[in-house]
Amino acid sequence: MGSDVASDTTPATTTSRPARPTGSLSAWEGMARQYDYWLTVLKRTWRGGVVSSFLTPLLYVVAMGVLLGGFIEADPDKLEGATSYLAFVVPGLVASHAMTLAVSESTYPVMGSIKWHKTFFAQLATPLAVRDLVNAYVAFVMFRVASACAVFMLVIAPFGVFATWWGPILAWLSQVLVGFAFTTLVFAYSAWLKSEEGFGLLFRLVVIPLTLFSGAFFPISNLGPVLEWIARLTPLWHGVSLSRMFCVDHIDWALVVVHVVVLVTLTVVGWFLAVRNLDRRLEV
Amino acid sequence: MALLEGIPAPLTPAAATRVLVLRNYVVYKGAWKLFITGFLEPVFYLFSIGIGVGQLIDTFEFHGEAIPYAEFVAPAMLATSAFNGALLDSTYNVFFKMKYEKLYDQMLATPLSTGDIARGEITWGLMRGSVYSAAFLVVMALMGLTQSWWAVLALPAAILIAFAFSAVCMAVTTWMTSWQDFDKITLAQMPLFLFSATFFPVEAFGDGVLRWVVEATPLYRGVVLCRELTTGVITWESAVSVVYLVVMGVVGLLVVRRRLDKLLLT
Repeated sequence: MGSDVASDTTPATTTSRPARPTGSLSAWEGMARQYDYWLTVLKRTWRGGVVSSFLTPLLYVVAMGVLLGGFIEADPDKLEGATSYLAFVVPGLVASHAMTLAVSESTYPVMGSIKWHKTFFAQLATPLAVRDLVNAYVAFVMFRVASACAVFMLVIAPFGVFATWWGPILAWLSQVLVGFAFTTLVFAYSAWLKSEEGFGLLFRLVVIPLTLFSGAFFPISNLGPVLEWIARLTPLWHGVSLSRMFCVDHIDWALVVVHVVVLVTLTVVGWFLAVRNLDRRLEV
Repeated sequence: MALLEGIPAPLTPAAATRVLVLRNYVVYKGAWKLFITGFLEPVFYLFSIGIGVGQLIDTFEFHGEAIPYAEFVAPAMLATSAFNGALLDSTYNVFFKMKYEKLYDQMLATPLSTGDIARGEITWGLMRGSVYSAAFLVVMALMGLTQSWWAVLALPAAILIAFAFSAVCMAVTTWMTSWQDFDKITLAQMPLFLFSATFFPVEAFGDGVLRWVVEATPLYRGVVLCRELTTGVITWESAVSVVYLVVMGVVGLLVVRRRLDKLLLT
């Protein structure tokens, strides 16, 4: 990093807006330089996440999919094309798990990096720009989400709930997309939020209702016409529906395009908001 | 001598509990949004699993009577939300107060004793929990999910569940050393929540050892007790559950007191 000392010493005290050394690195290099930092974080924290990342969703599969599913008549007409309740619930559970992981990784840790251990301020004192911090952070969270979902899908495969071999791969990609949308949006929220009380509200008023009513556990047509349309507007429903269509091989390609466009748009909007909010928040 | 007269007399256990509850009330007033939304979670679960998934299920047998799925799940939500609330309060919050805030050390510098702290914290947790349980019972009654006047007793039953788990979990917390230990709490919490005949009847476990194990776990006793009360099908099993939970709570309370003595007074 020695060669960057010149750009590093740009006076940060001037009042004009681009006071920070932004953009002196390419987006890729900005991310790559944080590789060893995030690898160290991962090495030191992965144990704490094993139960919540892998065991909890698996218990849900056994309890809801296998045991409760044993009491549910397997009617593909009522289950959006799935041949059993287990086959119905698994793709939805993995998609909502992607959301939960993405949200929990981008709430308290983001606020901590701003407020408590102030890692972001330390990182900004190097040639890294706000954009680079967001990119590397999102990449780290997405590594965790993508690997957790992949493991989950692999563990489920022997249960015979997947209709084709390529469907689960596309379903995994849609779960990753869910992770991207929620990571960037929640990052933006966390960078804006002043007190952690807001996180409790986020979990209770957004994450739990989304998990329960976005079609993961039952077809949203069971909600009645009004609530069904509200459910269609939630980002998680798009992910659940996408993931399920691929897993049970009951694909409506026009709908796939809609789902993908919505999730990609949310990711892009979330990213811009995240960079803007973090930039404002880190202004000294 | 004048100095000694200025020292207040030790508080009675009741007065000490009152002071501690008041302290928690004052602190909590700032977080009223969290308090209000706390009761929503079981309601969401009831609407989602009980009604949404319930449309895919006919009826369940409970003590020989066929009951609709929502009526089956609702009392379980009452019991598990009492359990979850007690568990979170007496693990995360107690750990934070003990290790980080050093709150109990400060309290012991006053006329309060370790027994007062244990009683006060648990009383506060129970008061908070019973507000939620009462609200949830009202929701159940409004939705027509209660079948007899026995359902009124489901409120004390929920408070009993909360008491038993608060005491035991607080005792467990006194052995914890770091946040990483909380993964073990989740490890116990999730299976209890999902497999205590919450969402499906205990018959799903077959007739073997597994079913006996489930029937001997505390949350299962609580769930079945609440379900017996709200459906009005009272059996001798209800009495077993009550005795089980009372013993569990009292033992927990005794252990908490001994552990706090050891941790804070030495």
